[in-house]
Amino acid sequence: MPGIEVPKEKWSGKVREVTLGATAAEGGTRARTVTVGGETTLPFLKFEGEIPHPPAIAIEVRDQPPSDWPALLLQAWDGATQDVAEWAKAAEAAGADLVALRFNASEQLSAPYARQVLRRVLSATGLPLVVFGPGQADWDNEVLVAVAEEGKGERLVLGVCEEKNYRTIVAAALAHGHLVDARAPMDVNLSKQLNILIHDMGLPVERIIMDPTTGALGYGIEYGYSVMERLRIAALQGDSMTQLPMLVTPGEEAWRTKEARAAEGVPAAWGDYVKRAINWEVLTASTLIHSGADIVVLRHPESLRRVRAMINALIG
Amino acid sequence: MALTGLQIYKLLPASSTNPEVKAHANCKECGYPTCLAFAMKLAAKQADLSLCPYVEEESKRQLEESAAPPIRLITVAGSAKKLEVGNELVLHRHEKTFYHPPGLFVRVKDTQPDAAQVAKAVADYTVDYVGMSLSLDGVAVEAAGGDFGATVAAVKAACPFPLILMATDPATAEAGLKAAQGTTPLLWAASAENWQAMAQLAAQYKVPLAVLGPNGDLNALADLAEQVKNAGVEDLVLDPGTRDHASSLAAFTQLRRLALRKNERKVGYPLIAFAGDDITLAAQHIAKYAGFIVLDQFDPAMAYPLIVLRANLFTDPQKPIQVLPGVYEINHPGPSDPLMITTNFSITYFSVANEVESSGLPGWLLVADAEGMSVLTAWAAGKFDAERIAKTVKSTGIEQKINHKRLIIPGHVAVLLGEIEEELPGWEINVGPREAVDLPNYLKTRWG
Repeated sequence: MPGIEVPKEKWSGKVREVTLGATAAEGGTRARTVTVGGETTLPFLKFEGEIPHPPAIAIEVRDQPPSDWPALLLQAWDGATQDVAEWAKAAEAAGADLVALRFNASEQLSAPYARQVLRRVLSATGLPLVVFGPGQADWDNEVLVAVAEEGKGERLVLGVCEEKNYRTIVAAALAHGHLVDARAPMDVNLSKQLNILIHDMGLPVERIIMDPTTGALGYGIEYGYSVMERLRIAALQGDSMTQLPMLVTPGEEAWRTKEARAAEGVPAAWGDYVKRAINWEVLTASTLIHSGADIVVLRHPESLRRVRAMINALIG
Repeated sequence: MALTGLQIYKLLPASSTNPEVKAHANCKECGYPTCLAFAMKLAAKQADLSLCPYVEEESKRQLEESAAPPIRLITVAGSAKKLEVGNELVLHRHEKTFYHPPGLFVRVKDTQPDAAQVAKAVADYTVDYVGMSLSLDGVAVEAAGGDFGATVAAVKAACPFPLILMATDPATAEAGLKAAQGTTPLLWAASAENWQAMAQLAAQYKVPLAVLGPNGDLNALADLAEQVKNAGVEDLVLDPGTRDHASSLAAFTQLRRLALRKNERKVGYPLIAFAGDDITLAAQHIAKYAGFIVLDQFDPAMAYPLIVLRANLFTDPQKPIQVLPGVYEINHPGPSDPLMITTNFSITYFSVANEVESSGLPGWLLVADAEGMSVLTAWAAGKFDAERIAKTVKSTGIEQKINHKRLIIPGHVAVLLGEIEEELPGWEINVGPREAVDLPNYLKTRWG
């Protein structure tokens, strides 16, 4: 009986490789760099293509302990959240590939303050950094421009870089040797268009990571999932402005949900709170990794451990 | 795989080599001017083959076979619930949709004294998600050296859901099948060693049969499935024998592609996966192509996220789940109770409605027609702007039901405040929290 032939797709395209962070030899101070991308097939299908780099995991740290995080999450870091440098160290010790520093929208936030926080985090950890502003366009511009200058040469990822503020962020990245996190609202064409706008300003494509935005499990993850699958398929089919690694923030999305926040007053069918909350973050992240995420930003150390175990199992 | 119009044309009387049939070429009796026109209609599924009385038997067989789904639909049934899996048409949900959500089963062993209690817990488990009551799908009973027949009988009595009978020894399997009579379990599994006896049992008891291949060897699996089919069992489920993330992803992806892209009938069946107690492996199989997923434990903290993930990924991407725009009353509101507005995307609506409802506070919830988008997405797309919000207030008759003119808008659209005030003269617009979870606290502290 003739054997069946394993069907392989003949993809013509390849995701670009993007390197985060710079060592001393490269003009920065990072102990190591992290490269993502380079895939020539869909996630983990090693029988038909190359997966040169496993997805990277970033741990989110804040300049101040955030008031809106559930106690479960803060306690998991065992006091380290009181000081951003300690928190960054703890993230590295927990096995993160990257530290995602995010500034709270607080009264003390200013350009000089942001510079000082960045300096402390850079000296606390040797990991490459992603830096997010507080999420309000004017403020983001002020903070990220200062951070870009202060961290000159570190190949930071500056985010989020959206349609309404990309000019300022991209100019800062250009001037000081950084990368940007190009975020568009869950839409293939909007993602592509933003990448083009950023590229047109002169930022090399190898310095753009795209962030298609996502929803948490139960709160619209299927939209993010399909947008990412479509972007990745377009990239593999040769559409150059989609051939960028993807970053998503499942930690932020998952820990916003009631399932991850409410220990009491919820149906018994939701199960044990701690297990459920962590499962919520883990499944949001793992599902997005299966649809093409190259970097996931997580919050809980146990989620980091379990998502890492899954990635290792898939990379083999 | 569907045939093209020209391929169908070659099977109709105009292309026949039999003179008697050929005599009816382009006879128009089907209502179409030529055999080619009829073939085109057949290919487009706008006509039925029965309209042609002259089509030959062999052609009819080929046409019917081509219309069969590339992945066979398999049904299992318990005493009060059935499950259908298979009949999938795409590799990626955005290409059309995923049709039949995989069944989630919990495994018990026949050496386990609490097997029936676990089965009852599985049967009793339901969880509400965006207005849908969702549940697990069944119990897999594994022969592990205990009394298999008695355990199957006890599980069947405790759980009206479909069963999977896991026994590789034919005599043990038959004891389970006898105990399960009156239901349609899936029998697992026929392997290279026992397939003849298992096929005979599946045929005799009229149950679907899982075929177990050696770890990841798809050729051996396909050949074994073919042998079992030739022995008279058509309802098959495939188990490629992989149990880890990497080899499962490769095997399940290849089997799905073989069935859909290559129309490989030998593997055109649903797949079964064993995820142990690894939630990421179970989740992988929801996204990547399992028809049955067997878990080693029943734990609501694991079941709930998996059930939600399944509901999410098996939502039709062309049709976001929407609720009807209008006025929704929560906890029997009176004329002076708060008025809130949100969009008609189901997840958005239920997030808001559930928060207010579980807080016990009465309130009026206006749902605007935002074409099924969430607040932020709708706002970005111009489907939840000041004009639409004002129109919702004016067109729903809410003004006759309340004695105040205060409206709480979602925090995410705070920028619309001024415009809404212009559109709704005399109204006081309040900016509520961004996330629904913060609404109860907002209502308690800010409404009065």
